Amino acid sequence: MKPSHSPAVSEPTDPDVDRGIPARRPGAWRHQAPVVGVVALGGAVGAAARYGAVLWWPTAVGGFPWTTLVVNAAGCAVIGVFMVVISDVWAAHRLVRPFFGTGVLGGFTTFSTYTVDTRQLLDAGRARTGLAYLGLTPLVALTAVWSAAWMTRRIVTWRQT
Amino acid sequence: MNWALVITGAALGAPMRYLTDLSVQKRHDTVFPWGTFAVNVAGCLILGLLTGAVTYGAAADSTQLLVGTGFCGALTTYSTFSYETMRLAESGAKFFAAANVVSSIVAGLGAAFIGVTVAQAIWA
Repeated sequence: MKPSHSPAVSEPTDPDVDRGIPARRPGAWRHQAPVVGVVALGGAVGAAARYGAVLWWPTAVGGFPWTTLVVNAAGCAVIGVFMVVISDVWAAHRLVRPFFGTGVLGGFTTFSTYTVDTRQLLDAGRARTGLAYLGLTPLVALTAVWSAAWMTRRIVTWRQT
Repeated sequence: MNWALVITGAALGAPMRYLTDLSVQKRHDTVFPWGTFAVNVAGCLILGLLTGAVTYGAAADSTQLLVGTGFCGALTTYSTFSYETMRLAESGAKFFAAANVVSSIVAGLGAAFIGVTVAQAIWA
C-alpha cells in the first residue's frame, strides 16, 4: 500500500509485460493462459470502443483524422493514470493490468491507423494536413501520458503524507 | 456483424502483441522497447498492404474491419508506446526515449508506404 520511495521508481518501463509474472518456470503456460485470455478480452473491448468512436465521429475523406487523434490521446492519458495507480496504490489482482493496460488500452489506441492515415493524406496531395497529423499525434500523446502520470503521482504523494 | 469482425480481429491482435513482447523481452535484455516497436511496425506493414488491397478491389470491406480495424488496431498500440517513451526519459535514457519516438514513426510510416506499394504491384 505505502511504498517508501517516490512513486515513479516502482513503475515499470514496459506496461505490457508484467515482470512479476514468471514466464520461464515449469508450467509457465498454465500461468500465462489466463493472462493471454484477458488480454484478448480487453483488446476486443478496447477495439470495439475505438470502432464505436470512429462510427460516431467519422472523418471526412482527406480531412484531419481528429477521432483517431483523440482516441490515441485519451488512451495515453488513461495509461498514465492507470500505471501509477496499479504500481503504487492498488494491489490489484494479477489479471487487472494485462486486461486493462495491455488489452483495453492497447486495443483502444492504434499506431497502424496513425501511419496509414498519414500516408493516405500525403498520397492524396494533402501534405500540410498529413504532416500536421504526423507531428501532432506524438506531441499530444506524450503530453497526455506525462501530465496524467505527473498529476496522479502528485495525488498519490499528497495522500501518503 | 461488423462489430463481430472488429472484436474477432482484436481478440487475436492484442494477445499477439502481448506474446511478441513477451518473447522479445525474454531474448533481449535491453532498455529499448523492441517488442512494442516490432508489433507497431509489423501492424503498419499489414495495414498498408490491406489498404492497398482494398483500393485495388482485392479485399472486401469485411476484411478491412477484421484485419484492419480489429487485428492491426489491437496489434499496434499508442498507449504502450508513449508510456514506454516517458519511462525511458524519466529513467535517464533520454537518447533511447527520443530514438524510440523517431524510429517508431519513421519505420512505421515507411512500412505503411511499403505495404501499399507492394499491394499496388500485386493487385493494381
